[in-house]
Amino acid sequence: MPNNNLSEYNAEFLVKLYRDMVLIRRFEERASELRNAGHIPGFLHPYIGQEAVAVGICAALGKNDFIASTHRGHGHILAQGGDPKNMYAELYARQDGYNKGKGGSLHLANVDLGIIGANGIVGGGIPLVVGAALAIKRANEADYPGSEKCKGGVSVVFFGDGASNEGSFHESLNLAALWKLPVIFVCENNLYGEFTAQDKHQTIKDIASRSSSYNMPGLIADGNDVLDAFHVMTTAVENAKKGSGPTLLECKTYRHRGHYEGDMAHYRPKEEVAFWMAKDPIENFGKRLIENSLMKEEELQTVEAEIEQVLQDAAKYAENSPHPEAKDALEHVFVETYGGRALL
Amino acid sequence: MSSRRISYSQAINEALSEEMERDPSILMLGEDVAEPGGVFGVTKGLYQKFGGERVLDTPISEQALVGAALGASLLGVPTITEIMFSDFVTLAMDQLVNQAAKFHYMTGGRTSVPMLVRMVTGASGAASAQHSQSLEAWFTHTPGLKVVTASTPYEAKGLLKSAIRDPDPVLFFEHKLLYNGKGEVPEEDYTLPIGEGTVALEGSDVTIVAYLHMVPKSLKAAKILSAEGISVEVWNPRSLVPFDREGLRQTLKKTGRLVVVQEAPKRSGFGAEIAAIAAEECFDLIKGPIRRVGAANTPIPYAPVMENLVIPGVDDIVEAVRRTI
Ligand SMILES: Cc1ncc(C[n+]2csc(CCOP(=O)(O)OP(=O)(O)O)c2C)c(N)n1
Repeated sequence: MPNNNLSEYNAEFLVKLYRDMVLIRRFEERASELRNAGHIPGFLHPYIGQEAVAVGICAALGKNDFIASTHRGHGHILAQGGDPKNMYAELYARQDGYNKGKGGSLHLANVDLGIIGANGIVGGGIPLVVGAALAIKRANEADYPGSEKCKGGVSVVFFGDGASNEGSFHESLNLAALWKLPVIFVCENNLYGEFTAQDKHQTIKDIASRSSSYNMPGLIADGNDVLDAFHVMTTAVENAKKGSGPTLLECKTYRHRGHYEGDMAHYRPKEEVAFWMAKDPIENFGKRLIENSLMKEEELQTVEAEIEQVLQDAAKYAENSPHPEAKDALEHVFVETYGGRALL
Repeated sequence: MSSRRISYSQAINEALSEEMERDPSILMLGEDVAEPGGVFGVTKGLYQKFGGERVLDTPISEQALVGAALGASLLGVPTITEIMFSDFVTLAMDQLVNQAAKFHYMTGGRTSVPMLVRMVTGASGAASAQHSQSLEAWFTHTPGLKVVTASTPYEAKGLLKSAIRDPDPVLFFEHKLLYNGKGEVPEEDYTLPIGEGTVALEGSDVTIVAYLHMVPKSLKAAKILSAEGISVEVWNPRSLVPFDREGLRQTLKKTGRLVVVQEAPKRSGFGAEIAAIAAEECFDLIKGPIRRVGAANTPIPYAPVMENLVIPGVDDIVEAVRRTI
């Protein structure tokens, strides 16, 4: 079984983890700049600081596995294979966006990539993965057109500490446990729900402890250590795939920035911020890679340069993508049109 | 086509059974729908026929069960969900209104949600304020949801089959007082198109537009009025979204007078929408004031004598028709 000791993993895998985290960080930084420059009309919830969670969790996933995400979803979507081009195009509200400009940051989705979608409703995605797991279960039991896309999979939902107080969280854990569904509930405890600290919104510290009410394992990972997140997730995925049912996996982490772009986050004590900044998941993992002679300083720079290029290209792609036409707003309310009319 | 007389709930049961037989990917979920066969007995025998893998009893968790139905539907497993009393759908509103209704749209048409939610609706048996409501108008106000109603066993089976095959989220309203009513239903497989209304009774002086349990009540009213020499046409839109505007126009062409009847409270009901469509689009045909009949704007009371006052009765419909002439 893998653990978080570097020597247990091959170098290529470790470099990829590093690279994927850098991609998310730079994607978010650039998104913020692009928004300030007026290219992105909507609001953004930056994932900066939490990269190790998305990358560690999604590294344990494969074909036929599905994720549902949140308002803070760019990191999850990139880690699951989302293309920065189509993601920026969506943030720019252009035709080549994953949602053709109809969704924006809060609704980025691509089911073909196993991304059921970001979500504008806190806790809204949690029941969806219970359903995704039901579809997986049905596909494991029977053959029908499309069942090959779900066979053998697991479903995963990301959500925050704030979302763990929603009814959808409790109902979904109960249901998934009852039916022993292959779901991993990944709580990213970044210590705040919007501007409210965890100790002001719940009486527990470890959200994983809520698993005991639903008779499922509750695991805790260091959400700033990509290998620890990967390692703990691997156990949960193995359990789900062998039919042992769901897991609640809490990743302890911190967002470096405010709740959304523009929030200065004055509600957080300076010492707390400094403590967590020192635990930067990317910097620390980079250091470990160098210390263990898996990468050289120059190679870290090469990764940066490559990603700079990828994101420059992605932003250019978004910029050049055509705007949707106003009349497109009237399409896609329903799949079925009646006599060619969109049914409004 | 040969036919036989079966009840509305049998017709629904047959539609569910035949569709689940046709498509092995379909799952059914709900509270007490499996072994117990549903509080109203509508899903009886399906668990025995299709097994616990396909007919699933859920905990009393409306949000999770509707959300799970949505998640499965998104991944190509069509679902049929029962909301035991439509009043309980309030606990699943986020999943229906913010999620299911918008998925296809928000993803630029790249996903679809073939989910059906059966909603047991209407006042019956002194069920009082939290088990009697008619909430269909709420959902017509959320673009992305289809809203279908059935007033006879024939409609129930044919429309339900279409609703199950529909690629969009459909809310299917079934009225409790109709469950035991019998009617002719073909032996053969058939479907009725969603989006087409039907003339339940031909007439020439006044059109009554009615759906669900207001259809039989309107037919009774028509009988009384016919004795007074007033010829009533009863037109049933069957689905509220999509709404058959052309059908409404056709009946108004014949009569030029309109009474819209709904069991829901009169204020902001779907009847107001129908009246507005008629006023906006069929003004050239209208010969007199459009009347609406709906429940009093109160919660539904327990005492039968009070319930009778609140829920529109045959006499209310008769009176409204007289006042249009
Ligand atoms: C149902 C609902 N309530 C409130 C909001 C407003 N809101 C958006 S994000 C957020 C905080 C969520 O906190 P958490 O779940 O901890 O996630 P985080 O932002 O920390 O990633 C709130 C309250 C919402 N979008 N949906």
